[in-house]
Amino acid sequence: MTIIQVIASGLLLGAVYALFSSGLTLIWGMMNFINFAHGEFVLIGMYIAFLVVTYLNGGPLLFVGTAAVLLFGFGIVIYYGLIRHVMRGPILAQILSTFGLALLLRYLAFFIFKADFKTLPDTIFPGTVNIGGIFLGMPQLVAGGVALVITLGIHLLLKRTTIGSQLLAVSEDRQAAMLMGIRPDRMQAIAWGLSAATAGVAGALIATFYYISPTVGESLALTAFVVVAFGGFGSVPGALVAGLLIGVIQSLSAYLLGPIYKDIVVYAMFVALLWIRPTGLFGKAA
Amino acid sequence: MKNLVGVGVVTVAMALSGGAIAQQNVKVGGLFPLSGNAASAGQQAKAAVELAVDIVNGKYPDVTGMPAVGLPGLKGGKIELTFADHQGNPSTGQSQALRLIQQEKVSALIGAYQSSVTFAGTQVAERYGTPWVVGDSVASNITGRGFKFTFRVTPIASDFAYNYMDFLNDVKKMGHPVKTVATVYENTDYGTSIAETLRKAIKEKGFDLIAEIPYAANTTDVSPQVLQLKDKKPDAVIFVSYTSDTILYMKTLKQLDYKPPIVIGDDSGFSDPAFIKNVGTISQGAVNRSAWDIGKPGSVTAKINELFKAKTGYDMDDTSGRNMQAMFVLADAINRAGSAKSDAIQAALQKTDLKPEQLMMGYKGVKFDETGQNTLAATYLIQLQGANYVAVWPEKSATAKMQIPFKGSE
Repeated sequence: MTIIQVIASGLLLGAVYALFSSGLTLIWGMMNFINFAHGEFVLIGMYIAFLVVTYLNGGPLLFVGTAAVLLFGFGIVIYYGLIRHVMRGPILAQILSTFGLALLLRYLAFFIFKADFKTLPDTIFPGTVNIGGIFLGMPQLVAGGVALVITLGIHLLLKRTTIGSQLLAVSEDRQAAMLMGIRPDRMQAIAWGLSAATAGVAGALIATFYYISPTVGESLALTAFVVVAFGGFGSVPGALVAGLLIGVIQSLSAYLLGPIYKDIVVYAMFVALLWIRPTGLFGKAA
Repeated sequence: MKNLVGVGVVTVAMALSGGAIAQQNVKVGGLFPLSGNAASAGQQAKAAVELAVDIVNGKYPDVTGMPAVGLPGLKGGKIELTFADHQGNPSTGQSQALRLIQQEKVSALIGAYQSSVTFAGTQVAERYGTPWVVGDSVASNITGRGFKFTFRVTPIASDFAYNYMDFLNDVKKMGHPVKTVATVYENTDYGTSIAETLRKAIKEKGFDLIAEIPYAANTTDVSPQVLQLKDKKPDAVIFVSYTSDTILYMKTLKQLDYKPPIVIGDDSGFSDPAFIKNVGTISQGAVNRSAWDIGKPGSVTAKINELFKAKTGYDMDDTSGRNMQAMFVLADAINRAGSAKSDAIQAALQKTDLKPEQLMMGYKGVKFDETGQNTLAATYLIQLQGANYVAVWPEKSATAKMQIPFKGSE
């Protein structure tokens, strides 16, 4: 019985990882660009949720929506203000630029919100669902459901819409896309906006059951990178599957072997997978 | 290496002569986790140390009874503080200690919250002959390494592990069945050293240790640990945790609908003001250790609490209190040394003999043995009832009745 609970908790945790990672993989897939500040984008989403709940007494629709809209704008600003310029530089500059952005955002959060831990009230998605002795937290269920919707949404957007085709065209061949009348800058700005918006939604939802502190992005982001690489660079469904898989592996190994061994198991599998299949589960060969 | 030590000796010497000419101001370096996972506790500790220095420097003349107020021994000199952030990382702790000693030329150090950082940092201080007063790190291995410059004011694991057992025995006498115990502890020096001492104490006092669960404090998920507990159903669980993990444990206990009959939280995470503020309503009945008590209105401790609250917005907690107490102990030694010389301060620290009425914490006094450990440290048990902790054990110092079992949310 307990083992089913462990797997269920692992799946919920995995859904959160997937939610966290979908925006990261989008940028990675679109531009071959690693956004090291992704964890801090999520952090901004958390603080937006906190501010909306605390000062406007807003409900989930309002704070998740606000986080999505504000971060969409923020992503576009970051693209035009920073990314577009460093893309012209060497790869190291690209890596360090978002790393620097991450530190800037993290310490800005320290400056504005202090080091205090904050949480949202339990009453936002109250209670736990009890299915035959298996307990599923309501906030985690909501986050998991939204993770599925967002993953599916981005997947459909990329595969079924004109904007999606244009986004993919730019990522495949920038020159050719330009010749077809697509503006690569605008497309990539949209990709950044979308990625940041999903980070905002992820942050706002994670905040309903997690703590908020300036360094929380850091601890979650490491797992997100593993999820993205595990699932296949740039594959949105891959991130979902990998997120769920890693959540379950972590929970099972922590329960069966002990919590201090869970990272050993996860990273050993990660290295083994990359050794056998360097492109990740769903990645296409370069 | 030799070169480095040479440079160190020269800089320390320069610092000392410089200090002697300038109006005998004495620089003290504070090392705390001002960012990182434990930043909220670190920031509080910093504020507490600053307040202690303001008091001894004579800024609040109505706070009487603390030793060394006005620093008469320094003849007009003051204590100056300079802080460094080690982010909870032992190697950063070492490099920051080195920087404070060599570049900031501090005469003494105080810190550093996480035991692992204190353990590493004190090695540097020892090498350079800079006294380090430890306010709150409890891992037993910090003292007993033959160090001459490490002094620890706080009670340590071997003190309170037996307090916990005596407490459990008293709960048993009240008619609650207490036989099996589980320990859940973060896996750096702090958690592992307490877990080790607890293992011994639990066995010695005739309880069954049915589960020991080590974990990493920066973990993103604690449900497997809680499920392990739920399987084993111990009568009492002892958590040795920092802040972020404590918050997750309390939320997960509630989410997985599990209430251990007795929850003991070993200070740190359970003493961080963030604990009550964020998960207080779902942690009713949690037992914690503390040597801090606000005391009656008008008492010195109540005045100190008022000042602390005005400065930080929070009531004083045990962790901040122990750090503040350590600063008073250091200030007392500096005052008696009457000098910024590290050696003189170390010699004065060795001769420290403070009485209970000269202390803000509920210790029986401060007197260091040859390892630098305070032999008169003591602790009490408190319980979260409503929005505050109240003293519940031992009975003679209790201000409220113990509530068993752990209620979680009301």
